[in-house]
Amino acid sequence: MEPSLARYIWTHTKKQQLWILMIVVLSMIPYFMSFDLPKLIVNGPIQGRGFEQPGATLPFMRLHYNLPFIGEVQFFSGFQLDRKETLFALSVVFLLLVIINGLFKLYINTYKGRLGERMLRRIRFDLVDRVLRFPPVYFKRVKSAEVATMVKDEVEPLGGFIGDAFLQPVLLGGQALTAMLFIMVQNVWLGMIAVVIVVIQIVLIPRMRRRLIVLGRERQLTARALSGRVGEIVDGIGAVHVHDTSNYERADIAARLGLIFKIRFDLYQWKFMVKFLNNFLAQLTPFLFYMIGGYLVIQGRLDVGQLVAVIGAYKDLPGPMKELIDWDQARQDVQVKYQQVVEQFTVDGLIAPRIGALTIDNPDPMTNPLSAIGLSIADDGGAMLLDRISLQVKPGETVALVSTATGGAEALAEAFARLNWPDSGRVASGADDLLELPEAVTGRRMSYASSDVFLLQASLRDNLLYGLKHAPLTSVTYDGAAADQHRWNIHEARRSGNPELDIHSDWIDYASTGATGPHDLFEAVRRVLDAVVLSRDILDLGLRSSADLTRHTELARRIVELRAALRTRLEQEGLSGLVVPFEPGAYNKEATIGQNLLFGAAAGPELADRALAANPYFASVLKQAGLDRTLYEMGMEIAKQAIELFADLPPDHQFFQQLAFMSAEEIPAYETLLQRLKNRPHEAVSENDRAMIVTLSFAYIEPRHRFGLLSDELMSKIVAARNRFYENLPPELQNAIERYDPAKYIAAATVMDNVLFGRVGNNHPDAPDRIRSIVYDILDELGLYAELLDVGLDFNVGSGGRRLTGGQRQKLDVARALLKRPDFLILNRPLSALDQRMQDKVLRNVLEEARRDGHSPAIVWVVTSPAMAMMFDRVIVFDSGQLVEDGTHETLLAGNGIFKELLS
Amino acid sequence: MLLKDEVGMLQRIPLFSGIESTKLKLLAFTSDRVSYSAGQILFRQGDEGDAAYVILSGRADILVDSDSGPIKVAEMVPNSIVGEIAILCNSSRTATVRAASPLEALRISKDHFLRLMKEYPEMTIEILRVLADRLSHTTADLIDARSAK
Repeated sequence: MEPSLARYIWTHTKKQQLWILMIVVLSMIPYFMSFDLPKLIVNGPIQGRGFEQPGATLPFMRLHYNLPFIGEVQFFSGFQLDRKETLFALSVVFLLLVIINGLFKLYINTYKGRLGERMLRRIRFDLVDRVLRFPPVYFKRVKSAEVATMVKDEVEPLGGFIGDAFLQPVLLGGQALTAMLFIMVQNVWLGMIAVVIVVIQIVLIPRMRRRLIVLGRERQLTARALSGRVGEIVDGIGAVHVHDTSNYERADIAARLGLIFKIRFDLYQWKFMVKFLNNFLAQLTPFLFYMIGGYLVIQGRLDVGQLVAVIGAYKDLPGPMKELIDWDQARQDVQVKYQQVVEQFTVDGLIAPRIGALTIDNPDPMTNPLSAIGLSIADDGGAMLLDRISLQVKPGETVALVSTATGGAEALAEAFARLNWPDSGRVASGADDLLELPEAVTGRRMSYASSDVFLLQASLRDNLLYGLKHAPLTSVTYDGAAADQHRWNIHEARRSGNPELDIHSDWIDYASTGATGPHDLFEAVRRVLDAVVLSRDILDLGLRSSADLTRHTELARRIVELRAALRTRLEQEGLSGLVVPFEPGAYNKEATIGQNLLFGAAAGPELADRALAANPYFASVLKQAGLDRTLYEMGMEIAKQAIELFADLPPDHQFFQQLAFMSAEEIPAYETLLQRLKNRPHEAVSENDRAMIVTLSFAYIEPRHRFGLLSDELMSKIVAARNRFYENLPPELQNAIERYDPAKYIAAATVMDNVLFGRVGNNHPDAPDRIRSIVYDILDELGLYAELLDVGLDFNVGSGGRRLTGGQRQKLDVARALLKRPDFLILNRPLSALDQRMQDKVLRNVLEEARRDGHSPAIVWVVTSPAMAMMFDRVIVFDSGQLVEDGTHETLLAGNGIFKELLS
Repeated sequence: MLLKDEVGMLQRIPLFSGIESTKLKLLAFTSDRVSYSAGQILFRQGDEGDAAYVILSGRADILVDSDSGPIKVAEMVPNSIVGEIAILCNSSRTATVRAASPLEALRISKDHFLRLMKEYPEMTIEILRVLADRLSHTTADLIDARSAK
């Protein structure tokens, strides 16, 4: 990157800088004119010069200015106006000039603001673009949080400066020079005073500020290191807790913050010291003006108007001067910042832009063998991972790489994937060096999965399809406001040197999966998920999540059919007792009292959980139904029982998991509440207390909690209250609840709850499993299996995929590699988190899936156990960075080499 | 059957007789009430032991696999506890338990059971007593079997 900020700015904003310079120069004319006016007003109409005779008139707008170097210039001979008229006319002119100056300022500020923002956008993009092109080794040494803070925070001040980079010195310098010239023209001696003070300022202040720059650099580095450490704590939070090092981290952070504080405080002290001096110098001048100028007026060598004008002009001088000095400070500051960032982003061996260039059309298959030629790779410590390895993998060949602990097979797989660059020798595809091939070839015709999985914080679907998003394949048509916005986006992207690639385009390369578009992509997805044995997990996720009805319309449309099918099936198998269905006119004993009352799924916060009992409308319904007292008493009984059972257990006791009514933390609060309310009549209890008690009854399920609190009469009252609740539901609650309707899909509930439309009996321990497998059967029979899998694919995997298990993450990575049907499939201990039985199963499936439909990709698999090698055409054995054996499984078995040793 | 009835039943089981009733109530509350129809399997020989069962009503057969198919070795009646060995020894189930009639039981999970033992030594001693008793019976049976050969 361009090491000098000024040059970087000049290269990219030359035209704009010149334009704005021109505007600034233009703005100087009214600016200068506005200096002269006060003198004219005071000397002319106010003091009456030229109006000594009553009724005298003077020409107005006889524009003649004594411009420096040009002399007397007359633009217009003017109107004849008397004294008062002249005063008003001149004042109006003054106002006009104020407006014109203001408008110039507005335009200039807006223009340079935009210029700065564009440049900021450009710099940030350039930086990220470079991150995308760093060689792999760089990432071993840099903390991601530090890079992020450089891109985000450290270049931020540059944006503010860029608009001012060339403009500010011209504008302020011009202003200062104008003011200075004006003072000079009025009175040379006063002018000289101003000049001397200004020179002192210019020389002294920057000198004092040098230390500020040093401190500023330290501040930047310490702050960057801090964000790196914070990122490290977040990423390694597990290790922190496991090793009880949280206090060590606290100490480290406190020490860093202390250092940052010290630097910042030093900075402040200096800054204000400099400010004080600067202000003092600026104020010194008016003091001299008043004294010397006043003396000259008394002497009669200077008129009052001149002195007022000089003082007026001087008022405008320290401003520009101070800002000019500030500008210089900012310049040095951002130059330092810029250099710091550029240093970090200047890396040897940057990947050439052509390697990652956008390629729309899919490249031809890789039909050449993949070979390592004299390949040596050393780790960062200098130990040899691979020592002059030469081998060739032919297209269509399946190769198991077996490795002892220090074998180096992983390094070879990484070299094939271009994640590890050779120290000597090379990896080649045919005659081409692999590193010279564009990523459009290697990223589409080869795929790679390893035990170290990277997942985005996005849905399973997005992660699975991530490997297909090489280029925007459709051009989106926008209309109306969106079209304007799109045009604007393109225009601005161009102006900032950003690419015009449309993120809203369809980036998914359907063709490589064997599909033709979104409609049949799913088949391919399902097959790879089946191959890695992940479908069942995703189906489970689908069942447990609520479906997005804009996407999964089929599920909602056929929900009645589904529910009926489940009932029939349960009856056939004699399992009807497992599920108690929701019926609008009946009490469901396996559901809580709250669920029975609401008979719907809360779709908003108003009626959810604890808010329900406190909801005024709901409370009024309970009262009308005659339930308020009963449920209150029930709540009191539950509180009593719960406290009796749990009061002397420690709060972390695992039994609390069984207590559905309250959390361990709430027990003391309920204990005091119970004491307080014990003998108080129901009417005397406050709304809040009542809600707290009544809430307890909502969680009660008779067969599960077995307190014996539910009678037939109470159940029928609850059903009656349910109907009453919906009869008069106020408009503001209409959207807070979705009523259970046997004929309707409930958007707020999970898919499982929707299909069940009831509650699984509490006393059948294996019921959930049995019902789940029945539900899968039914979904398959009705052709909704794919739909459910699709719901499951909506699941967000969390930061780094942490909401999935390690095994699921690895399976997903393999599925992603399989999905693009590559010519070379490189798998680097891809399933290490799974047990051996599962690894074998997935291995078999993957080999089969990769070769489906007559495909015959080469597969290079670094196996975790030598026994897995049996499934491959060829086995290559590594030991201590050397290729020690190479042959078919049979020949290696027949020999007496390391492979046989490893197997036994 | 309500919680308090279950507590009454638990109290009649020798294993729990020494424990105060509020604790038994807690045990009952935190355990799952499960019901089985005749012929349903509570757990199978070889499964991982994750819970013990107190039979509240109905009967259950204890079956052990043999070469000639499962052999019934005992029958459990209400108020008896079954499955506690596997959760004590961390071993897999030594026998299959099958409901011989409609069966109601209290399922005490392994964690809860062990926790109780830790907190109530009198219960632990009682369990030891029951186990020792069984061991001496088994030893006697073994001697009988050996001498009969």
